[in-house]
Amino acid sequence: MAAWLVRRLAASIAIVWAVVTLTFLIVHLAHGSPCGQPDGRPIAPEVCADLTRRFGLDRPLGVQYVKYLGALLRGDLGESLSLHRPVADALADTLPNTFMLALTALILDFTLGLALGVYQAARERRFSDIALGNAALFVNSMPTFWLGLVLLLVFGQRLGWFPVGGLRDLVLCPRVDSLPCAADFAWHLALPALTLGLVGAANTARYQRAALLDVVRQDFVRTARAKGLPERRVLLVHALRNALLPLITLFGLSFPFLLTGAVLVETVFAWPGMGLLAVNAILQRDYPIVTAAALVASVMVVLGNLLADALYGVADPRIRARAT
Amino acid sequence: MNVGNWLAVGGAAVLALVAVVEIRRRVGTGAPGRRFFRHPTAAPAVFVLGFFVTVALAAPLVTPYQPYLQIDITRLANHPPSSQFPLGTDPFGRDVWSRLVFGARISLGIGALAMLVAVTTGVVVGGVAGYFRRWVDATLMRLVDVGLAMPRMFMLLMVVALWEHVPLAVLVLLIGLTGWFGTSRLVRAEVLSVREREFVAAARSLGAEPARVILRHVLPNAAAPIIVSAALGIGNVMLLEAGLSFLGMGVPSPAPSWGNMIADGWPKMAVAPWCSTVPGLAISLVVMALNAVADALRDALDPRKETA
Repeated sequence: MAAWLVRRLAASIAIVWAVVTLTFLIVHLAHGSPCGQPDGRPIAPEVCADLTRRFGLDRPLGVQYVKYLGALLRGDLGESLSLHRPVADALADTLPNTFMLALTALILDFTLGLALGVYQAARERRFSDIALGNAALFVNSMPTFWLGLVLLLVFGQRLGWFPVGGLRDLVLCPRVDSLPCAADFAWHLALPALTLGLVGAANTARYQRAALLDVVRQDFVRTARAKGLPERRVLLVHALRNALLPLITLFGLSFPFLLTGAVLVETVFAWPGMGLLAVNAILQRDYPIVTAAALVASVMVVLGNLLADALYGVADPRIRARAT
Repeated sequence: MNVGNWLAVGGAAVLALVAVVEIRRRVGTGAPGRRFFRHPTAAPAVFVLGFFVTVALAAPLVTPYQPYLQIDITRLANHPPSSQFPLGTDPFGRDVWSRLVFGARISLGIGALAMLVAVTTGVVVGGVAGYFRRWVDATLMRLVDVGLAMPRMFMLLMVVALWEHVPLAVLVLLIGLTGWFGTSRLVRAEVLSVREREFVAAARSLGAEPARVILRHVLPNAAAPIIVSAALGIGNVMLLEAGLSFLGMGVPSPAPSWGNMIADGWPKMAVAPWCSTVPGLAISLVVMALNAVADALRDALDPRKETA
């Protein structure tokens, strides 16, 4: 197990390094410079030259790359060109918001998806199964950000049940430090988390239904039924435990989904997370933030895969035996 | 909309219906066809796809206005759906139905073309890796590992934003070239198992070149997962295009795509909700149809499902 873990970790680091290098190349081979603003505001040439020198953009690409990697190894992500503060600070401000959103969405995704999948499997090929299956397929086919827009329109704008964007009430709750403010935060979190969670849950339900139906056809389930156990116990205790394995794969895959989904959903709901930060940075050619965000994103993907593989080993002794 | 347009839309619906019935009559007798149409959603899904493709191809016939035309910006912006504008007008006074139909050409076209690029690349890479194994396989699969860890949406945004004015063809190529990693893994796994079979050994012992063995003997026997992943791929590309266009980094604005229609209508969502909801519904419907077809194809192409 230890050797396997070391091997996987080394491979993961290599993958992240490759992604970082690719990002670096894309950013530095692109046209334009931080001086030429997309909105066309003129910048004095001497100011531009000074900026270029200060950020080391006049050095050869190889030198910049080595410097960048060296700094990265020391944990230094550089300084943002547009926010005039260290990238690490900007990430530290926004990442918790993205994690909060992703975590809530993840919980919603798996509880709702699991319940729906089990219910559908129990009612296989009856009307409620088919209706729910089609509804899940439909939700799963929606552009996530569009579902966000519709929810925003209906529950935020028309019914006014939820705020139409932002992290919290800036006047009443500048910081989340009291119970009412925590409630306010949750209230703001509800719609974006629901958007991401619903699309995820639709997907999870489809997998869970299929996995449970696979297991239900196996011999030990027939044995359990033959012993005269109530159907509820057969499904929820005997079958479900063995049908949870695919969920682990989904869990690993949900990391990148939540992250890319968050880019758009955060934009729709003006949720100040890493996605929104990255989109703004891309628009303003803020290279250090863009590369750092890509780094974080690829680390999340790799981490998701690693976690899923490790959990597989924990959950299924047969796989554990093979890995060592 | 005039009578001619309505008739043309009706004609497209009839055509799609005839296509479904005809396909069902032709292939429904064989075992794969029966398995395909056993899915309750398969036939409606084929109808939806047939309808949108027909309407997109016959766009000038079914639409009363040019998709770019700002009919009367002072009086006809954000006009609610009516008999003249069946889906209303957008904030720029353009007919939403006309844009939806012309947008179908772009959105479906991007989906199909980018999927073609992705699947071709995936099949070539997966086929080569699986057939030659050893260091070729190892190298290519490490590349795939990197590709799969790459935050795709993010990378695309970055490339499009940093290289200003990316032409549509390049966008299609970019989307395609970042979408083949999963397919290549599928194909590789399939090729690895097929290449050990006797008929492949027979072909090789007859002196067939590797390219011939891969193309004529191995890939046809590995086609099922490729076809399924192609159907899913179109839907994924459409969702991706919608996301990119929504952020203003996909199809550039006056040209209609379902993604940038949502973006155009978004600021006026409260006044004219139809501008953004209609194209989103169209995307959801088409992607759902593609997913349903992929599900049905998966069963249809798998003979082991016969008893189930």
